[in-house]
Amino acid sequence: MKILIKNGRLIDPKNNIDAMRDVYIAAGKIVAIGAAPAGFTANRTIDASGKIVCPGLVDLSARLREPGFEYIATLESEMDAACAGGVTSLACPPDTDPPLDEPGLVEMLKYRARTLNKARVYPIGALTAGLKGSQLTEMAELRDAGCVAFSHADVPLTDNQVLFYAMQYAATFNIPVWLRPQDASLARNGVAHDGQVATRLGLPSIPVCAETTALATILLLARETGARVHLCRLSSAEAINMVRRARHDGATVTCDVAVHHLHLSEMDIGYFDPHCHLIPPLRSQRDRDALRRGLADHTVDAVCSDHCPVDDDAKQLPFSESEPGATGLELLLPLTLKWAEEDHVTLPTALARITRDAANILGIDAGHLSVGADADLCVFDAERYWKVEPSSLLSQGKNTPYSGLELKGRVTHTLVGGQVAYEAK
Amino acid sequence: MWLNPRNPQLNKNGELHHLLSLEGLPVEILRQILDTANSFVGVTQRDVKKVPLLRGKAVFNIFFEASTRTRTTFEIAAKRLSADVINLAINVSSTSKGESVLDTVANLSAMQADMFIVRHAASGAPHLIAKHVGPDIHVINAGDGRHSHPTQGLLDVFAIRHYKKDFTNLRVAIVGDILHSRVARSQIHALTTLGCPEIRVIGPRTLIPAEIRGLGVHVYHDMREGLKDVDVVSMLRLQNERMKGALLASGQEFYKYYGLNDEKLALAKPDAIVLHPGPMNRGVEIDSSVADGKQSVILPQVSFGIAIRMAVMSIVAGN
Repeated sequence: MKILIKNGRLIDPKNNIDAMRDVYIAAGKIVAIGAAPAGFTANRTIDASGKIVCPGLVDLSARLREPGFEYIATLESEMDAACAGGVTSLACPPDTDPPLDEPGLVEMLKYRARTLNKARVYPIGALTAGLKGSQLTEMAELRDAGCVAFSHADVPLTDNQVLFYAMQYAATFNIPVWLRPQDASLARNGVAHDGQVATRLGLPSIPVCAETTALATILLLARETGARVHLCRLSSAEAINMVRRARHDGATVTCDVAVHHLHLSEMDIGYFDPHCHLIPPLRSQRDRDALRRGLADHTVDAVCSDHCPVDDDAKQLPFSESEPGATGLELLLPLTLKWAEEDHVTLPTALARITRDAANILGIDAGHLSVGADADLCVFDAERYWKVEPSSLLSQGKNTPYSGLELKGRVTHTLVGGQVAYEAK
Repeated sequence: MWLNPRNPQLNKNGELHHLLSLEGLPVEILRQILDTANSFVGVTQRDVKKVPLLRGKAVFNIFFEASTRTRTTFEIAAKRLSADVINLAINVSSTSKGESVLDTVANLSAMQADMFIVRHAASGAPHLIAKHVGPDIHVINAGDGRHSHPTQGLLDVFAIRHYKKDFTNLRVAIVGDILHSRVARSQIHALTTLGCPEIRVIGPRTLIPAEIRGLGVHVYHDMREGLKDVDVVSMLRLQNERMKGALLASGQEFYKYYGLNDEKLALAKPDAIVLHPGPMNRGVEIDSSVADGKQSVILPQVSFGIAIRMAVMSIVAGN
């Protein structure tokens, strides 16, 4: 299958290209950019006039709910959602049932994902067996089975000795450890930011110090152990400042934020809207603005969808009893574009945060359109407005705080390995 | 949608449809409730205590959390309005069988309920129920988590108005566990809406929420300083379990620093009144000599509570 994508504005942050270039694809690879290679006859031509052609998006956190929670979402539904959102590579956290703590589970997940022929799935392995926080997993074996990093998802890891050993062990094999900083005891029973909304609504709260004390511990342990640490979904201005200072002092940690936290704050909880019950909690507007600035100045390396499909019954409960999370795969691109437009960030910089930079954190060869690379790419209309309607999302998780919102930027084509994995009707 | 999205307790004409919280209620509605309650105080003191305003209506007391006083006063209020009252203590029936709040409510709606009086341990549960009931059903919050207890807040301001006549020159101190108190939040919203110029909250730092100043109150950690020259002292109940955790050292120490006794009360204005939502912990937050003293209005509060609940039920049923 040979595909020509012509007349599009090609933006490839990694190769520093932002120009009108045609893309030539054959046998799953990009064979030429710009001029046609000798003897190239396309079986299919995609006219990208007025559209942007960019590397397929790389998402650092998407829950697929498999194995174990197929009633909430299946690999099929979520991979369709990924492709509809232009996402061609995604990392999935290990908090499945059972957790991703054995090579067999990881191989099965990789195999299931491969047979669907949609986005590429990069499992994050469990740092401890069963995510129980005591026994280390066979990280090297799991890496060989396909895990790109290890984390504890959102399950508290309360024993710092175990964390210390886990980081040392991972460092032995140069395996990355991904951690979302949150002190479990300071966050105990909390469901919302310890701010004016939780005070008014009487919601049990999670103070910023729950994030920053854990972050301080992780930064010190990272220095001590030499582990490659990536910090997931930071939520507070103070955490961003701490990362900035640590980097200044020579730390090599990376970090990401969830796209929801760029746009929402505690105020959006309104009258107990369970769709704004997220992990970490939505914090103040000041925190939100600091995350936005951090992403622009590259203190924050990447932005992820933090895709969490939740079924309707689990959201139709009082706020504190509702299940946290929001659907995100189909909204990552338009919400990133919205941030860029509002904060005057250039399109190539914005796209870098969801392609090149995310791929660097994952340590995978993706997120660029070099000749010879896998033809994973996304064509989108940056000017097209559309309204978020839960029922029209492909994800089985219809849980979104953005219901009814008009967003700009819609994917028209997604290619994975040179195959059209999604095409807008 | 028949409800106002900006304020889900009001209908599209701006009238009270549900009573979920006192936050954001217009002062006219607060005054309407207080004035209506005033007219019911007479009824409750008559020989024949019933009026026919809710005749033929079915009022369901659905209590997902235990309560004696609030449930009883709602029941009395509904009966005095001639309604049929059905009491359900859900904590011991359906939810233990795994039924969700909304399923319980849907089932009761199918039994032709006209009004739900809801108590729940989770903040916001009455909002959730109000969002899902049919347009002819009214929801009244009888206490949700730490969020709101609007009829308690109303009866407290009713008592204050009864004894002090006017709100615009009052200093009110609310003392104790503000963090977990739906009563404190309701009092603060009612008092600020009615024009009370100075509200103080008094308690140890562990029991004062982070952003309480945003509600327009002054924070004191020294009770003697906080009680100085106040017109009203509202004591809050300290739940027994709070004395065991890490928020407080002991009941004795709490009483020493934040309990109300005659000596501390003497720092308030000589004609200051003392409120307590009950049930009281004598010797923990309040001394018996104050609770039973001449400045205490704790028992009149209970009678006013019936009038307030009659007023709220008759007003929402009429809108």
